[in-house]
Amino acid sequence: MEPARLFLGLLCASAALAASSLHQRPPQPEFLLEELELELGESPSGSLWPLPRSLRILPRQLQLAPARFQLVHGPGSTAGPGCALLQDAFRRYYEYIFGYSKWQNQGQRPLPAGTELLQLQVIIVSKDSECDNYPNITSNEAYQLSVTEPVAVLRAEKVWGALRGLETFSQLVYEDDYGTFLINESEITDYPRFAHRGILLDTSRHFLPIKSILANLDAMAFNKFNVLHWHIVDDHSFPYQSVTFPELSGKGSYSYDHVYTPTDVRLVIDYARLRGIRVIPEFDSPGHTKSWGKGQKDLLTPCFNGEHRSGSYGPVNPILNTTYHFMTDLFKEISGVFPDAYIHLGGDEVDFTCWKSNPDVTEFMKQQGFGIDYAKLESYYIQKILDIVSSANKGYIVWQEVFDKGVKIKPDTIVEVWIGSLYTAELSRVTGAGFTTILAAPWYLDYISYGQDWKKYYSVEPLNFPGCEKQKKLVIGGEACLWGEFVDATNLTPRLWPRASAVGERLWSSENVTNIQDAYNRLVKHRCRMLRRGIAAEPLFVGYCDPEYRGR
Amino acid sequence: MAELGLALLLVGLVPVPAGAVWPQPQLVRESPGGERCRLSPGQFRFGYARSSAVGPGCAVLDQAFARYWRLLRDAGPRAPEDTRPWEPLCTELLVSVSTPHCDGFPDMDSVESYKLSTSEDPSLLSSESVWGALRGLETFSQLIWRDEDRMDVMAYNKFNVFHWHIVDDPSFPYESAAFPELSRKGAYNPATHVYTLNDVKLVIEYARLRGIRVISEFDTPGHTLSWGPGAPGLLTPCYAGSIPSGAYGPVNPILNTTYQFMTELFREVSTVFPDFYLHLGGDEVDFTCWRSNPEIQAFMQWMGFGQDYTKLESFYIQRLLNIISSYGKGYVVWQEVFDNGVKVKPDTIIHVWRENAGPYQQEVARVTKAGYRALLSAPWYLNRISYGQDWQAAYQVEPLEFEGSLEQKALVIGGEACMWGEFVDVTNLTPRLWPRAGAIAERLWSNKTVRDLQDAYIRLADFRCTLLRRGIPAQPLFTGYCDAEYSGF
Repeated sequence: MEPARLFLGLLCASAALAASSLHQRPPQPEFLLEELELELGESPSGSLWPLPRSLRILPRQLQLAPARFQLVHGPGSTAGPGCALLQDAFRRYYEYIFGYSKWQNQGQRPLPAGTELLQLQVIIVSKDSECDNYPNITSNEAYQLSVTEPVAVLRAEKVWGALRGLETFSQLVYEDDYGTFLINESEITDYPRFAHRGILLDTSRHFLPIKSILANLDAMAFNKFNVLHWHIVDDHSFPYQSVTFPELSGKGSYSYDHVYTPTDVRLVIDYARLRGIRVIPEFDSPGHTKSWGKGQKDLLTPCFNGEHRSGSYGPVNPILNTTYHFMTDLFKEISGVFPDAYIHLGGDEVDFTCWKSNPDVTEFMKQQGFGIDYAKLESYYIQKILDIVSSANKGYIVWQEVFDKGVKIKPDTIVEVWIGSLYTAELSRVTGAGFTTILAAPWYLDYISYGQDWKKYYSVEPLNFPGCEKQKKLVIGGEACLWGEFVDATNLTPRLWPRASAVGERLWSSENVTNIQDAYNRLVKHRCRMLRRGIAAEPLFVGYCDPEYRGR
Repeated sequence: MAELGLALLLVGLVPVPAGAVWPQPQLVRESPGGERCRLSPGQFRFGYARSSAVGPGCAVLDQAFARYWRLLRDAGPRAPEDTRPWEPLCTELLVSVSTPHCDGFPDMDSVESYKLSTSEDPSLLSSESVWGALRGLETFSQLIWRDEDRMDVMAYNKFNVFHWHIVDDPSFPYESAAFPELSRKGAYNPATHVYTLNDVKLVIEYARLRGIRVISEFDTPGHTLSWGPGAPGLLTPCYAGSIPSGAYGPVNPILNTTYQFMTELFREVSTVFPDFYLHLGGDEVDFTCWRSNPEIQAFMQWMGFGQDYTKLESFYIQRLLNIISSYGKGYVVWQEVFDNGVKVKPDTIIHVWRENAGPYQQEVARVTKAGYRALLSAPWYLNRISYGQDWQAAYQVEPLEFEGSLEQKALVIGGEACMWGEFVDVTNLTPRLWPRAGAIAERLWSNKTVRDLQDAYIRLADFRCTLLRRGIPAQPLFTGYCDAEYSGF
């Protein structure tokens, strides 16, 4: 352990004691959830989701006439009509605001002076608007929105804040029973509580058609998520089409149709960028790699049954040079294809049984002086992979086991905490050791149950673990994970939304935004808004939307 | 034009190997040599055999022919190596129905058995009724491998009853001609969230063409909050002390106007829904409100009911049953009606649903021992979701596994998969219901001995892909894939 971290640990001792009573909440029994069904009412914050950091909604209503209202670049903005990202966003949000009107031709007549909102002016303040960049972990997503007659002004340092502000503005507009579009005069200052707000999709256990992924990116933008953690390959299939190693998907995908071509991947990355969403691919190794073996000879460890090969294969073979040559070339390609500064390297759930059975591996262990500690062999492998990825100038995220097993990792490694039991203690350990962390453990949305489980996700407080301020700062966010054992394009969207919305608000809004009744009132409306925008988000409870879901 | 392969099957005694039909037919014999024929939609037709008592003009079969022909045509692209021009061509499936009825509705006594032989061209499908022919056509369509709307899926699974729980506490979407205020004031939105008479007729006819009965449920006296706004005086006013609290409880059982209302409403319902049976509900009646109401207390005293409010409930249900009987209809009721000792007619069907009131097997035993027919739903509440392959639990249920005589067993007429709507709407209904309900379909159709989980898994996973090809977003059982993934969103 480095001195700096040791110091940190000592400094935090008293704080850790003080916070030790804050344990993970036990899962609430079903009947309790049902007894606490909420009554639908009006939230003072309307349908805003996630709730902005600071919000003042005034009683005065302004009208918007679809034929006249404009989304425009404001005076002094460093982004202009040349900023395609904003141009696209303007068109998209005009559609979201007016596209589903009951009365398409309303608003042609002039409105009484002083009651109409004519424009939303978007002003990028910073010299570099970052219009053509990819979003990254430090992207500034803050914005200020001021809605006053006759023009609203949305001010942001960068385009990323403008995107978030456009979403908020679109959520402020509502339609009355006569088809008139209204907005209240408002003042909003907003910025995210956590920088990393992710959704994990798993395209190995089931292939997700591109359309399904893009629809999810839309929904993510509606909820101010900013990371797509793309668990793209795993044991079951290898749908990523590698240019360097085409056999990987050629033999490892479910079929020729179940492949993401380089064009598909580009499309996802670009679509995500335009919505301020990073795409972090996960190529999990050395475990979870069965499908890799089909297209890459000798990559996986042959398992033995006594003295003979059993015919089955285990994790990646860590003792061969060819393994590392392969990984070098593969990660070189991946580093080029995915622009984000981070790659997720997995490292979870490595089963040692096969390694133990293999005499060559046993011999190698002896040579290296590892004894029978196979965690050392795993560390040896991971260490080499990390060096390969570092040399490709990428940062990395790993699952918590890599940290737990004491693999030497660079100080800027991000450790993702996923094991459900005692995750608060793990957060303490990881941050106590000075590592940055992402929390996923309480948000495994593939675990479904009867009733309103969104409340459980909503009630999680990511910083409720024993640790000092410095440790808390190392929690950069969280992810809602929808693993694919039981999920494909048929049920992905309704299973993910609006349950993931609960996580979205937890990661964006202030710590004190915890009123579950108020959340329910807003989320019910937010879910109907997602329906109108073509996302088949499932109901929270009894009730209805007007209109109901009609497909995309 | 794409060609399809048809495995040659004969009716006989050997059980079919894995990987074919869902639900599994009662008897299957496959040709020993595994011969097959090619089937090209352009050169294939459905027709009536000369011996058939029904022929062209029979809408149920004419439309079924068109439906299944389209399914063959749209079955999707096929791997080229399957083309084997030397294999014989199957050009025709002839249907022979021995009873001449075509325009009726399916009912409880409809005969759905069929015999299908594809050993020669033309293939022959014979059945007693058109309903049996429909089931046989579905089987035929599933034999074609190629790797080849909600009511549709029911037919794909050989379900034959749509239990339409049409109204309840939260909303009253049924648009009544006699009482239009019910939906006008009780629907979520009286303009958009209602079923008009035409909608209801459409559902019934769509179902009929697929051999599916539609049984409506107008649940009373509980579960009726949404009835209140459109029918003043119908619900019991609850009291807080000596003054009305403003809240309402179950249907008010002490007023004559209540029964006049029910008489009119069920006169209409009896006509709109052609099935012999109506589901009358009768579950989960909360007595709190009745207890609070001084007029009801007085009535209880006057009737000599003491403090036993189940007697009041029985009083209500009894009168309601008499109303229904007077329209020549039979009724299905939830188990509480039986449990509370309401005097019901011998032909009443008792619907067993309670999961936590002791083992449901005991309830089935009690119901059948009393001589009533039983319908089982308790183990099949599919709205209760959990992580993993819960279809297996539904599949492993054996409805006749309860202590009772053979006569009692014969009184179990079937079961229902229930998808209650608290957490379900059009966004998630289909994937949540299918293929999980398929497990129940096979339990209710196939032979008791068909219970090998591994074999069922393989067939059901395959059948799920068939449903996807037919446009039904049925969710996956577990990891894996379908050739054509769902893309219809």
